[in-house]
Amino acid sequence: MSTLPAPVIDDVNRPFWDGLDAGTLLYQHCVNGHRWLPARTHCPHCLSDEVEWAPASGRAVLVSWVVYRHAFDASFAERLPYNVALVELREGPRLLTNVVGADGERPLAADMPLRLAIQREGDVSLARFRPE
Amino acid sequence: MRGGDVVIAGIGHTAYGKLPGRSTVSLNVEACRGALADAGVDKDVVDAVWAKVPTSRLEFLYGTKVAEALGVHPAVGGVLDLGGASVIAMISYTALAIQAGMCEVALITSADNPRSGTRAAYDKAYGDDAPYGWFGIAPGYALIARRHMAEYGTTEEQLGAIAVACRRHGDANPAAQLRKPITLADYGQSPLLVDPLRRDDCALVSDGAAAVLVTSAHRARELGIRDVVPVLGFGQGHTAWDVSQREALTATAAGDSARRAFGMAGIRPAHVDVAQLYDCFTITALMTLEEYGLCPRGEGGPFVADGNVELGGSLPLNTSGGLLSETGMPGMQMVLEGVRQLRGESSSQVDGAGVCVVSGQGGVMHTHATLVLGG
Repeated sequence: MSTLPAPVIDDVNRPFWDGLDAGTLLYQHCVNGHRWLPARTHCPHCLSDEVEWAPASGRAVLVSWVVYRHAFDASFAERLPYNVALVELREGPRLLTNVVGADGERPLAADMPLRLAIQREGDVSLARFRPE
Repeated sequence: MRGGDVVIAGIGHTAYGKLPGRSTVSLNVEACRGALADAGVDKDVVDAVWAKVPTSRLEFLYGTKVAEALGVHPAVGGVLDLGGASVIAMISYTALAIQAGMCEVALITSADNPRSGTRAAYDKAYGDDAPYGWFGIAPGYALIARRHMAEYGTTEEQLGAIAVACRRHGDANPAAQLRKPITLADYGQSPLLVDPLRRDDCALVSDGAAAVLVTSAHRARELGIRDVVPVLGFGQGHTAWDVSQREALTATAAGDSARRAFGMAGIRPAHVDVAQLYDCFTITALMTLEEYGLCPRGEGGPFVADGNVELGGSLPLNTSGGLLSETGMPGMQMVLEGVRQLRGESSSQVDGAGVCVVSGQGGVMHTHATLVLGG
């Protein structure tokens, strides 16, 4: 498999990637209880900059997904076909990911329950999901 | 803004397709020259120039480059970047500027050359999710299409009905880039690009330009311009959230945009005779039909599958072929077709067309603008 494009890690999102390396999916929240991903300096709801990280349970549902039949980027040519999925964490935030382990017996379906499956690819830990 | 006080007084465009060796500035000049000739006026009357920023290659102070190439020193002008909603938004701001007395006669133009130049802007990683393989623009629309299918039972064949209609209308248009009608069976054989979207669900990749001349009804009379098309209303609505962050994938701000435009124009959806709805992907046009109230929410699929959107149907759609068949350029060509319908000059003319609605949208259903034109 070719090397995946590396995420662009900066001071704002470093805790997210460090968290995955440590086996935990983190999301952000503010003092007023709003929750979100991806990482930001300010809450997009109340603009608070008192932002903290919290661990997600790893439970999620599948909102939608696509299956790439064409590699928009050469680094994914060997992985075709592959899925990219939009999932909603039980805690609320949504993120794009891949669902692994779906098959004929457990095909992808809207609203199906998923569970976090952190996978290491080269130097990066990715927050993938598999069917519950 | 009182609907009808501002008019589209001239239209022009280049050839559509592959135009190697042409800069976007050159293409814009050709389209503007066409719009001036169509209106029958000299460029010396022009005192405003707006250009859509080309998607394929961002250039600093691009509006000034276009104005220089036109030899016009505008009282008002610049560039706007709302993706495919830009051209209608520029027409709207021009209408307001005319009514505020800031300018009298405007050229509004849009050019791009991703076919001969670079299309990197369309294939790049979208957001910060590259390690998961999230590249390109089409997949965002595919994600929305899949959710629409899950919520409403929309089928691939129903999306295909939009492609069939646009390709039929494009075939009748001598200026269209792709004049090759298809059947639903052909559509089903079109390769999957990013499941559930097929190649035939996706806009063409096109070089070209299109422009309009906009002025007040009063100034048009002074200049002796006949056959003007009144701007009855316009609106916008934008979803700030990226696709991954929206509360609902199948709800956009298009409905808000349409309500604002229809309200200004004093019309209801039932008054629309013909529609030019932005079809960068089939799902976009289908959802816009629903958001605009041109069919009930969730029933876009059956509505298009019943033939309503083909010439002869209850609401002919994209009568010059749209982005799927005429040219994949981001939107000005659809304004031109609205003007042709109301002049009675379309290659797929709707008899007695008196109200045409045009939509534009950008990003992945982020930005939206609506234009209502009258006869």
